[in-house]
Amino acid sequence: MTDWPILSTVTFLPLVGVVLLLLTREDGPFGRRNILNVSLLTTVFTFLVSLFIWIGFDNSNSGFQMVEKHSWLGTGISYHLGVDGISMLFVILTTFLMPFCVLASWESVEKRLKEYMIAFLLLEVVMVGVFVSLDIVLFYVFFEATLVPMFIIIGVWGGKDRVYASYKFFLYTLLGSVLMMVAIMAMYWQAGTTDVTELLKFGFPAGLQTWLWLAFFASFAVKMPMWPVHTWLPDAHVQAPTAGSVILAGVMLKLGGYGFIRFSLAMFPLASEHFAPFVFALSVLAIIYTSLVAMMQEDIKKLIAYSSVAHMGYVTMGIFAANQQGLQGAIFQMLSHGIVSGALFLCVGVIYDRLHTRDIAAYGGLVNNMPKYAVAFMIFTMANVGLPGTSGFVGEFLTIIGIFRVNTWVALFAATGVILSASYALWLYRRVIFGALEKESLKGLLDLSTREKVILYPLVVLTIFFGVYPAPVFDATAASVDMLINNYSAALQAAGKLALLVH
Amino acid sequence: MTAEILLASLQISTPELILAVGALALLMIGVFSGDRSAPTVTGLAVAILIAAGLWLVLVPVEGEAWGGVFILDSFSRFMKVISLIGSITAMVMTVGNARSEQLDRFEFPVLLVLATLGMMLLISANDLIAVYLGLELMSLALYVVAAINRDSLRSSEAGLKYFVLGALSSGMLLYGMSLIYGFTGNTGLDNIAAVLTAETRSLGVVFGLVFMLAGLAFKISAVPFHMWTPDVYEGAPTPVTAFFASGPKVAAMAVLVRVVTEAFMPIFHDWQQVIVFISIASMLLGSFAAIGQKNIKRLMAYSSIGHMGYALVGLASGTETGISGVALYMLIYMVMTLGTFACIMSMRRKDGGAVENIDDLAGLSSTNPFMALVMTALMFSLAGIPPFAGFWAKWFVILPAIEAKLYMLAIIGVLASVVGAYYYIRVIKVMWFDAATGEFGRTAGELRLVFGLSGLFVTGYVLFGGPVGTAATAAARAFF
Repeated sequence: MTDWPILSTVTFLPLVGVVLLLLTREDGPFGRRNILNVSLLTTVFTFLVSLFIWIGFDNSNSGFQMVEKHSWLGTGISYHLGVDGISMLFVILTTFLMPFCVLASWESVEKRLKEYMIAFLLLEVVMVGVFVSLDIVLFYVFFEATLVPMFIIIGVWGGKDRVYASYKFFLYTLLGSVLMMVAIMAMYWQAGTTDVTELLKFGFPAGLQTWLWLAFFASFAVKMPMWPVHTWLPDAHVQAPTAGSVILAGVMLKLGGYGFIRFSLAMFPLASEHFAPFVFALSVLAIIYTSLVAMMQEDIKKLIAYSSVAHMGYVTMGIFAANQQGLQGAIFQMLSHGIVSGALFLCVGVIYDRLHTRDIAAYGGLVNNMPKYAVAFMIFTMANVGLPGTSGFVGEFLTIIGIFRVNTWVALFAATGVILSASYALWLYRRVIFGALEKESLKGLLDLSTREKVILYPLVVLTIFFGVYPAPVFDATAASVDMLINNYSAALQAAGKLALLVH
Repeated sequence: MTAEILLASLQISTPELILAVGALALLMIGVFSGDRSAPTVTGLAVAILIAAGLWLVLVPVEGEAWGGVFILDSFSRFMKVISLIGSITAMVMTVGNARSEQLDRFEFPVLLVLATLGMMLLISANDLIAVYLGLELMSLALYVVAAINRDSLRSSEAGLKYFVLGALSSGMLLYGMSLIYGFTGNTGLDNIAAVLTAETRSLGVVFGLVFMLAGLAFKISAVPFHMWTPDVYEGAPTPVTAFFASGPKVAAMAVLVRVVTEAFMPIFHDWQQVIVFISIASMLLGSFAAIGQKNIKRLMAYSSIGHMGYALVGLASGTETGISGVALYMLIYMVMTLGTFACIMSMRRKDGGAVENIDDLAGLSSTNPFMALVMTALMFSLAGIPPFAGFWAKWFVILPAIEAKLYMLAIIGVLASVVGAYYYIRVIKVMWFDAATGEFGRTAGELRLVFGLSGLFVTGYVLFGGPVGTAATAAARAFF
């Protein structure tokens, strides 16, 4: 087992599914069934194989593990894969969410199911690729390649304004990342390598760090998304099909956060320190402003999308607090948000499939005829609010502790965001679930079907499990985060000494 | 000239001799057996081109010939093979639709062979006179093929426009050359470089250089000498447009690279600013002007203007990595363009009528999934989205620009590529998001082959592109 290239296997396993799908025919009920089965089996199998990464992962090792390295394209660029405590769980998150996406699309995708599933499997390949690549060019290739299938998914299977949303999504994120490409090239000429492990050791000069940091920030801030470049997200979420929203919120937003940790913070510590107040300001603005915006939404998906922006505000704040609690909290928050927001979008999908509207006003009193649904939705709403006992609490609490150690004012404002998130989330829940069941259209709605139970119940279990016992996550991330923080403070100290010598 | 030197020269220029003799022989066949020989002549022309290409690849002679006016080095070899591949592919693509496009005349393949001969001479030119002769041989043949569809008003207009503007640019080029000859006393590229190294450069040389660059910029359709491109691309018959967009661009870019790096390297900073300017202008115009286009051939014209701007980014750095980037860019660009034109030529309604509006592609993904898939890959690749080949092309030209500290150029370039992405993804949007309005007829086998291979290349480059990149690097070594 030791020599087996498990990361490559997990990354490219969905391609097997793609090939199988290309060989099947879509017409007829059996064709459709086949496609669904093949996709589900592929994603489940990929998830199971990816669990071996976690099993084989050595928690005490702070470096990169399961490394694979081959030369590639005959240039300095290499095909270099590996995971550490920071990236490993994101791989698992990605492979974990994919089967749910397939299940969520079981009936709701009516046209061109084959192309839809192929697009999703390709998306899985590139998303996993982003997290496991240890060459910055390889990372960039995967990072950018995510745009291609997502553009098609939103554009072909999206809602009414899908064309506008897909364009906005594509061009916005492309604009952010091309600057990162230029920065990567500058790093290559500076350090003479594109290998992430080498780049992490290479201390970039302070002046250059500022520019590189800004270029990377342009890319990750759009992806994250941070206020004020978040406007693509609500459009993309609202128009995307349910599974597309799940992947967008669950994994694609994490690409930005992961990039911040892996590149911005670890490679440009001086610039990160310098720009931290700027990031805090944007984060706090995001938390408060987008929470207020979320409160006024009339579309359920849009509300959850804005709440995602607010939650990502905690993540960026935690990352640039650059201490143990902040960083651990940010990683945990991202993982938890991946599960919770994904689950919330799946919940929206459940009622959208029945009524084909996302207007909050169209619902009310669902608790009367959909009690199981109401319970599941409530747990995810509570997790979104950050109620103790759910996974949402742990991340939010830790990031706020982390920031409290750096700047109490920021912590104060960020904490008000918790109240705001409670108000919009509870208000949403009240309007959709509680009240009298008066609307005629709602009276015939059935409670969760078996398929929907299979989708939602595991997520409920996980949300509560990680809320009560988050240790497995922290055990995996601790060593790598420690090393990152140590290197970070060592770099700052070295720079401080240098500054003293100059004076 | 002793017999040995003559033999050596003949050996070095054998591919050109094959083409020249072959073209004359084909002309004889055509003249004596009339228009019905057109298919035979086309087949033979392809065979001649392939023979020349095989000679280039298999026979490893290099060096200068004919008293130094002709040079075969790794760079010219690389570029010649690319432009031969372009010519062969473009000629193969004409076969299926030759009748409906009125290209079924024997003169057509003969002219294409002559144009290709011009390209080869141009790529190997090591002397200003040779540059001019090669350029004119290529251009004169192209003027005629642009207007070959005599019954079409648009085709005649395209030919005329191309001719008038081309003549103007030739005049500028010649004027520049005469100035350079006047101020340096030489026409050989190496000799010019030697003179420029020894003496301080006079203003006259700079004038001459600028005029020459203007003339060459016209041939690669870089801004501000691009005006002919959209009209000629749109007016000429589609197979001819495909030909224009491939080999001639490669050859003109190759000669531009050779002239500035061999002859004018001592005055690098004088030409660098010119290249930087036309590069930025081309990238920006290519991106913004294409947004409003409805005709896909015009769109490709603006796209080619933009792409020439990107290729020039590599040249602007003036380094070995930069030149290898240009060589690689031209190869990848040509493959993408030929593939796209193969798709455009497949845009025929069932009754045989060709259509060329972007909206005619609506719903292609449901009516012809294979073509839609290839076209999608090509469009993403043209936009420079990884992992497609077009991304690597951009990567390898912008990378040296960063090394040369041309940060503004690089940043403007990548930002322009985002604007450019808008119109490429519009084509994808039409194919995938819009409902089908009508179906296309059956695609000709050779077109399917061409766009299939092209699609394979742009998607497979990320896995198997290593040797191609190595070849481009070896090609650039010729100058350093």
